Amino acid sequence: MTLNKVFQSCKAAVADVFDGATVMVGGFGSFGGLPVNLIVALAERGAKDLTVIANMGGVGFELTKRIKPGGYQDLGILFEKGMVKRFIGSVPALGGMPPDSPIERLHREGNVEIETVPQGTLAERIRCGAGGLGGFYTPVGVGTVVEKGKEKKVLGGREYILELPLTADFALIKAHKADTLGNLVYRQTARCFNPVMAMAAKVTIAEVDRLVPVGELDPEAVVTPHIYVKRIVEVPQ
Amino acid sequence: MKSRLDESTIALRAAREFTEGAVVNLGYGMPGLCAGFIPEGKTVFFQSENGVIGYGSLASDAEKDYELINASDQPVTPAPGMCFFDSAASFDMIRGGHVDIVVLGAYQVSERGDLANWGRPGRPATGMGGGMDLATGAGRVIVTMLHTTRENQPRIVQECTFPLTARRCVSLVITDLAVIAVTAAGLVLKETAPGWTPQEIQDLTGARLVFAPDLKEIEL
Repeated sequence: MTLNKVFQSCKAAVADVFDGATVMVGGFGSFGGLPVNLIVALAERGAKDLTVIANMGGVGFELTKRIKPGGYQDLGILFEKGMVKRFIGSVPALGGMPPDSPIERLHREGNVEIETVPQGTLAERIRCGAGGLGGFYTPVGVGTVVEKGKEKKVLGGREYILELPLTADFALIKAHKADTLGNLVYRQTARCFNPVMAMAAKVTIAEVDRLVPVGELDPEAVVTPHIYVKRIVEVPQ
Repeated sequence: MKSRLDESTIALRAAREFTEGAVVNLGYGMPGLCAGFIPEGKTVFFQSENGVIGYGSLASDAEKDYELINASDQPVTPAPGMCFFDSAASFDMIRGGHVDIVVLGAYQVSERGDLANWGRPGRPATGMGGGMDLATGAGRVIVTMLHTTRENQPRIVQECTFPLTARRCVSLVITDLAVIAVTAAGLVLKETAPGWTPQEIQDLTGARLVFAPDLKEIEL
């Protein structure tokens, strides 16, 4: 374990994200919990053929103005730059938005593959990957397109499908506070996919509002134990 | 006078189904409006997929905090007793039957209660979000939707033609024209919008309706 985990910039923290890497991106999809500054730094670095695992595919800066006044950068920027080969998530494009998000445009043109996964199945596949499990049986998706090509099993009289784990080379996550060891606490609904993704990648990089000395976080309140976090960047809000 | 209910009124009618102490999840779009129509004196706990139980209502502009949102990306207000958890824990609650009621929008509902609410022609990149988990795991699935499409075609049908969210999951459908229960004996028309006859509603429905013995006009 590297003890010096604090990076001075998002750019430095994502500098080794390589072509063909699998990258999890935390948050829910909209602003709260999204590691916006790490995403922008990755877009500037410009790796190719990424597999991105995230709840939503992002809508792109213009459409984010419908979610939060003034807008913000989201995953859309990675698609706009042509960095993503494959996306795995529960809401690649939002049905309630016009069909103009970068991922939806690229998908229409045949330039990005999409694997659509029910949201709870996505969270559980990531938790399985984090926890060393080989998969799990879920009733979610039975009788729908989601069951295609998957093993089915009847357990206790109910139908289930087998879902397999997800892991990643990198996870970009957002937390509220970190201590310099990497213990993390979150703020309100900005927690969402961040803790589970933090546990499922080889290199977890956390963007945090505030960095505090070791000993300052209440051990009872720590959500992500420090062993999962390899890099921390403070981006004051 | 003959009228169709507006979205707020549909949500108000749906909120009357909330039982005391229920854990309730509100889906994307119209269902979110239910948060503003909790019957006086009743306590319900709103659960949202992104990891919160017990938020208040939709936030006004002055109250907006983008780190306190519902799963429709709308800022909500805090309330005493509110708590947070991550996505994996949130879906344990949902799949595990710990959410009592979910209100979802729909493109189509079949006569057996199959739900299609996430994919539509021309938009292959849209996703189901938490809809499949909610439709599969929640104690009771209530659908709020418009009775017909813009082209006046039925959304309540014998078989869904849009991609399914889950089979045999819907228990009650509340539209701008009617309240319909999905039962073992088929679709039961229980309430009609003001001024509409049961036959007029049947004519705009793609599956056979059983008229309830106590059929009445929706009371607002």
